[in-house]
Amino acid sequence: MSAGIVSYGGYVPRYRIAPKDIGAVWGVDGEAMGKGLNIRAKSVPGPDEDVITMSVEAARNALRKAPGIDPKDIGAIYVGSESHPYAVKPTATIVAEAIEAAPILTAADYEFACKAGTAAIQTTMGLTLSDMYRYGMAVGADTSQSAPGDALEYSASAGAAAFVIGKDPMIASINHTVSYTTDTPDFWRREGQAYPSHGGRFTGEPAYFKHVLSCANLLFKRAGTRPDDYDFAVFHQPNGKFPVRAGKQLGFNDKQMDTGLLVREIGNTYSGAIMVGLCAILDIAKAGQRIFAVGYGSGAGSDGFDITVTDGIDALDRKAGRTMRQMVEDVKFIDYAIYAKFRKKIRMREG
Amino acid sequence: MRGVSVIGVGETQFGELWDKSFRDLGIEAGLKAIQDAKIAAENVDALYVGNMSAGKFIDQEHVAALVADYAGLADQHLPTVRVEGGGACGAIAIHQAAMSIASGVYDIVVVGGAEKMTDVGDVEAMQILSSTTDQEWESVFGATFAGLHAMMARRHMFEHGTTREQLAAVAVKNHRHGAMNPSAQFQKEITADMVLQAPRVAEPLGLFDCAPLSDGAAALVLCAKEKARKFTDTPIDLVGTGHASDFIAVHDRRDLTTIDATVIAGKRALHAARKTPHDVKVAEVHDNFTISEIMAIEDLRFVPKGKGGFATEDGETALNARISVNTSGGLKARGYPVGATGVAQAVEIVRQLRGEAGKRQVSGAELGLTHTLGGTGGTAVVHLYARGD
Amino acid sequence: MAIPRFWREISSRYNFIGSKCGSCGALDFPPRAVCPRCGRRSVGKMERLKLGGRGKVVTFTIVHDAPKAFDMMKPYVLAIVELDEGLRVTSQVIDVDPAEVKIGMPVESAFRKLGEEGEAGIIHYGYKFRPAF
Repeated sequence: MSAGIVSYGGYVPRYRIAPKDIGAVWGVDGEAMGKGLNIRAKSVPGPDEDVITMSVEAARNALRKAPGIDPKDIGAIYVGSESHPYAVKPTATIVAEAIEAAPILTAADYEFACKAGTAAIQTTMGLTLSDMYRYGMAVGADTSQSAPGDALEYSASAGAAAFVIGKDPMIASINHTVSYTTDTPDFWRREGQAYPSHGGRFTGEPAYFKHVLSCANLLFKRAGTRPDDYDFAVFHQPNGKFPVRAGKQLGFNDKQMDTGLLVREIGNTYSGAIMVGLCAILDIAKAGQRIFAVGYGSGAGSDGFDITVTDGIDALDRKAGRTMRQMVEDVKFIDYAIYAKFRKKIRMREG
Repeated sequence: MRGVSVIGVGETQFGELWDKSFRDLGIEAGLKAIQDAKIAAENVDALYVGNMSAGKFIDQEHVAALVADYAGLADQHLPTVRVEGGGACGAIAIHQAAMSIASGVYDIVVVGGAEKMTDVGDVEAMQILSSTTDQEWESVFGATFAGLHAMMARRHMFEHGTTREQLAAVAVKNHRHGAMNPSAQFQKEITADMVLQAPRVAEPLGLFDCAPLSDGAAALVLCAKEKARKFTDTPIDLVGTGHASDFIAVHDRRDLTTIDATVIAGKRALHAARKTPHDVKVAEVHDNFTISEIMAIEDLRFVPKGKGGFATEDGETALNARISVNTSGGLKARGYPVGATGVAQAVEIVRQLRGEAGKRQVSGAELGLTHTLGGTGGTAVVHLYARGD
Repeated sequence: MAIPRFWREISSRYNFIGSKCGSCGALDFPPRAVCPRCGRRSVGKMERLKLGGRGKVVTFTIVHDAPKAFDMMKPYVLAIVELDEGLRVTSQVIDVDPAEVKIGMPVESAFRKLGEEGEAGIIHYGYKFRPAF
């Protein structure tokens, strides 16, 4: 008996900024930076959006596909992010009210850099497998901030995805999940600091690759599978290069990785990243197809999932709300000045 | 019920009056009115003061007692009360005062209206003006006072073909009238182009479609009709009043292009006076926005619904045209110190009916009307005045 | 805005909870304790009802001059939306170029920030509208 995905939904804001417009401000060849990162644009949240609004939109998108789910049966909601609007007062409670799941449920917010959302998936799997609750909801969302002029400015973006987890009715079974976690200080933000810091090239081999590859190999072993057993592969995507390199090293090809690799068009949505990639895959997956998903969060850890799409996917109304592709393609480009205004990088008058 | 007459009027300059405090304005208008009525302080039985928001503009509540105090009337220990009803408060104060005389409780009542709006910055002043809108379901969502009127204007343009040029015609006409009014805030004429090119506030309304922020005060002395001739040879009778309320939020109203409260208040007033809209030759209407005057002349049935813009454009509401609307300059040119407005409109009508309006005299004016709104139309008050016999 | 004042309206601002009159069946939003059509007959008979949040624009404006609280949003589209149930509400229309907004345009509700009590204060959320999907 396994738990799995009962429904899913994503959200990406409309605004985009191109790498060349970022580079132009800082005297850098932005277009080259973009090519180097394999990122063509990144999403920017509007001034009236934040992790809370995006989490609600993603959650509602998920429920819109499955009108048979009674929100009151969602017994637990966890929202993972590194840019919760409140340091104290959980995003999850507002999501709970906004989808009418309140008040009989448990809720909390998670933080684990970019893997806070996948950690929430694992928790809700446990809660529903053990029959504590009928459904749980796991949300990954971020409006990640990046220091002006820093390399991260080309990739740090905004997005959210929500998964309803349970045993019945599943649209996709999560056959196995494994994690690999260590104390690795590759990327962090101290309390009270506006922007994160990172270890430069240290974020590569000893951080991203070590955890993703170790977790992936553990998952192959646990599941008894090989790369060609899978139709889709999706990894945490801090840029358009790392996940492709990791995937190829593991034996996956471009075709398997293409659908989930949204970073090229919307940037790195941090806690939302692997989850919106998974949404894009579920939007087009057919019953019987298999998905290999390994996320990553700095600090550091990877959560891996071996997923098989079930017949249940045909009962889901995947066109009820906007699909990931529709949201990714609904764009309004802005320049750096508007971007700086929206992201509150301009020091306003107090009072 | 006894008849009620106006035996004295007074007003201050309207404008940005840095040197004058709220108290200065209140007593200046009141004393002028008492002097005009040729009564003594001891003759006054009560004071009603229309004021929308002294509590927010100058942190002062309890303003009616304050005005009596600073007018040197503390020793009289007058009954005083401040009347609030959004922008209609001055007109409602007149109604309340009139009822107190008509019922026989008082004989002579001073009605003042005053507002001091420029002691706060203009962004804050606009916000205070917005406090008459639905705070929970309009302003929290970003609805500004101008924005709500702009939405009515756009629907009026959509349904009736009203144009921006017709909106501009209201402002141009009122400035032309204001240029003849020494008490007006703006005494310069403007052109339609100036209105159309003015900075946008909430489309289709621009800066010159909107009444200004102003300081000012006005006052009337009301007297039982049967006693009025003791004090003046030119008593002006209050012959009819209509007062109506409606849904406070624009989106709850029956028709986005009609202020039902005006329609009903107008009918009630005319019914009480046994007159028709056709009998009215001079009117002061509430033009806090150009669209408001267009809707007012329709809702008061001076012109058919939808024809307000066309009538204005054709000059039907200019000085000494078919009906002279806003000879004072209206809220737009004369100024809009909120609490003072309803009373100031009465002062203008009284002057017209006495034949004291100088360059802006409407010839043969016998029946005059004032129309005042609260909020975006949640309240409307119409008064009709005629020369006393 | 004071905390309890906003907290009371959460179900209406987040989820379009209105009321239905047990006497005449008419709908109101926000929920009312007394039906404007039935008066006293309706007291105690008003039922809560969730509205769909979909409708069409019946009029709108583009606000340029706005209070400080809306500085970041201006110029923004303010509209009166007639919901499918026949009720009208006032809010902003977002995710669209202001020049594309038209009377009659179908819209659906979106969940957005309405404002906040400064950098350290509570954030207020509620409905705005975007072009219908």
